[in-house]
Amino acid sequence: MHELSITQSLVEAVLDRTGGRSVTGVNLRIGPLSGVLPDAMRFCFEVVSADTPLAGATLTIDESEGRARCRSCRDEFVLEDMFLLCPCGSADVEVVSGRELQVTSVEVA
Amino acid sequence: MCATCGCGDDAGTRVSDLDGTVHDILPAAAAPHEHPHPHPHEHPHDHGHPHDHEHDHGHPRPQSPGTADAGHSPAAEGRTLISLEENLLAKNDLLAARNRGWLEGRGIQAFNVMSSPGAGKTTLLVRTIRELAGELVIGVIEGDQETSLDADRIRSTGRPVIQINTGAGCHLDAGMLQRALGALDPVPGSTLFIENVGNLVCPALFDLGESARVVVISVTEGDDKPQKYPHMFLAADLVIINKADLLPYVEFDVERCVRQARLLNPGVDVLTLSATTGDGMDGWLEWIRKNPHPAAAAAGSAPRSGGLRV
Ligand SMILES: Nc1nc2c(ncn2[C@@H]2O[C@H](COP(=O)(O)OP(=O)(O)O)[C@@H](O)[C@H]2O)c(=O)[nH]1
Ligand SMILES: [Mg+2]
Ligand SMILES: [Zn+2]
Repeated sequence: MHELSITQSLVEAVLDRTGGRSVTGVNLRIGPLSGVLPDAMRFCFEVVSADTPLAGATLTIDESEGRARCRSCRDEFVLEDMFLLCPCGSADVEVVSGRELQVTSVEVA
Repeated sequence: MCATCGCGDDAGTRVSDLDGTVHDILPAAAAPHEHPHPHPHEHPHDHGHPHDHEHDHGHPRPQSPGTADAGHSPAAEGRTLISLEENLLAKNDLLAARNRGWLEGRGIQAFNVMSSPGAGKTTLLVRTIRELAGELVIGVIEGDQETSLDADRIRSTGRPVIQINTGAGCHLDAGMLQRALGALDPVPGSTLFIENVGNLVCPALFDLGESARVVVISVTEGDDKPQKYPHMFLAADLVIINKADLLPYVEFDVERCVRQARLLNPGVDVLTLSATTGDGMDGWLEWIRKNPHPAAAAAGSAPRSGGLRV
């Protein structure tokens, strides 16, 4: 369950930047190709944030869409999984979005 | 072990050699460990002392994107929104970059060997060390949740080995490797094998600072592994299909497996071998030899992108 250690990094990163102020909201962007499950992050966040200034903060996750561009037919399409295959059959595709694994902002009281 | 999240409580990471010297005890992977237990307790609460379990059912539920409170303006309530835009793996990646620099500075090539439990990593490493004994100076870092059994097997070859026990942790990270490197103190110009914790999911996300990543799958696991664990195959520089001696007894389509792996990772090298009979070992030894030693490649060697780094 790598989400646990990633959530620990999240809490540390937020604490580094908020200097002990009470954190009321944490906003993440997690793409479907990031290898991280948003539901597992939500679960871990409650556990890891307890007894920190982040306890009780609202975790909002923007689950961005996976998109790729095909170098053969130049079409842009939605990526359903990690298999980088264009509907035209070409595997020569470039990922445009979906790998995001970021804390975008936090809200402090 | 905590029943809520599966993390270890007293099981901090340990880095030790086989003299029993514990070099380092890292904080438990899951600290802090005052877990709120959101479930009803079965045990009677008749202790005289106040205790720390929080039953905070007023706790705001984490929200899914659809339910995010749109009309809820932070400014209106005297709250401040701080923009961060920080990658959640940034800390690990920074430590990995330091490890990479440390290894390159000493001309050490380091292979991060990953697989599910039992695919044959330790068997392969023991045989590799024996076959390359007169040729390369090899050291090993062994990652397992518990025991030093694999380190003992490596030790029997006479080569230096450091065991990292991750406790409940399911992968090695760059910080653990940093400490293990300090304990192993590998010889400049040597070759280092890092046997990651048996797991095809979590280790894929954590760059250690290695020069190359080797993913081992065995033919008894089924040829659909790349489809089921795409991140691991995306991150690989080499895929080894092990236990080829068992191919006559199992349904495993090597071609199909290679095709799936290359759909994810078009340039990936694939080798089929048997670590027990030795068939196909030559290809692997050749792959190790032709892998540029950082000393020779130092000028032009860029940190590997790892496929998943954002
Ligand atoms: N038949 C066969 N068995 C193997 C081979 N490689 C490893 N094994 C066996 O698979 C089991 C697990 O091997 P081990 O090296 O401990 O796997 P690890 O968990 O990946 O380190 C052991 O019983 C090995 O003897 C192989 O090439 N062929
Ligand atoms: Mg092993
Ligand atoms: Zn196309």
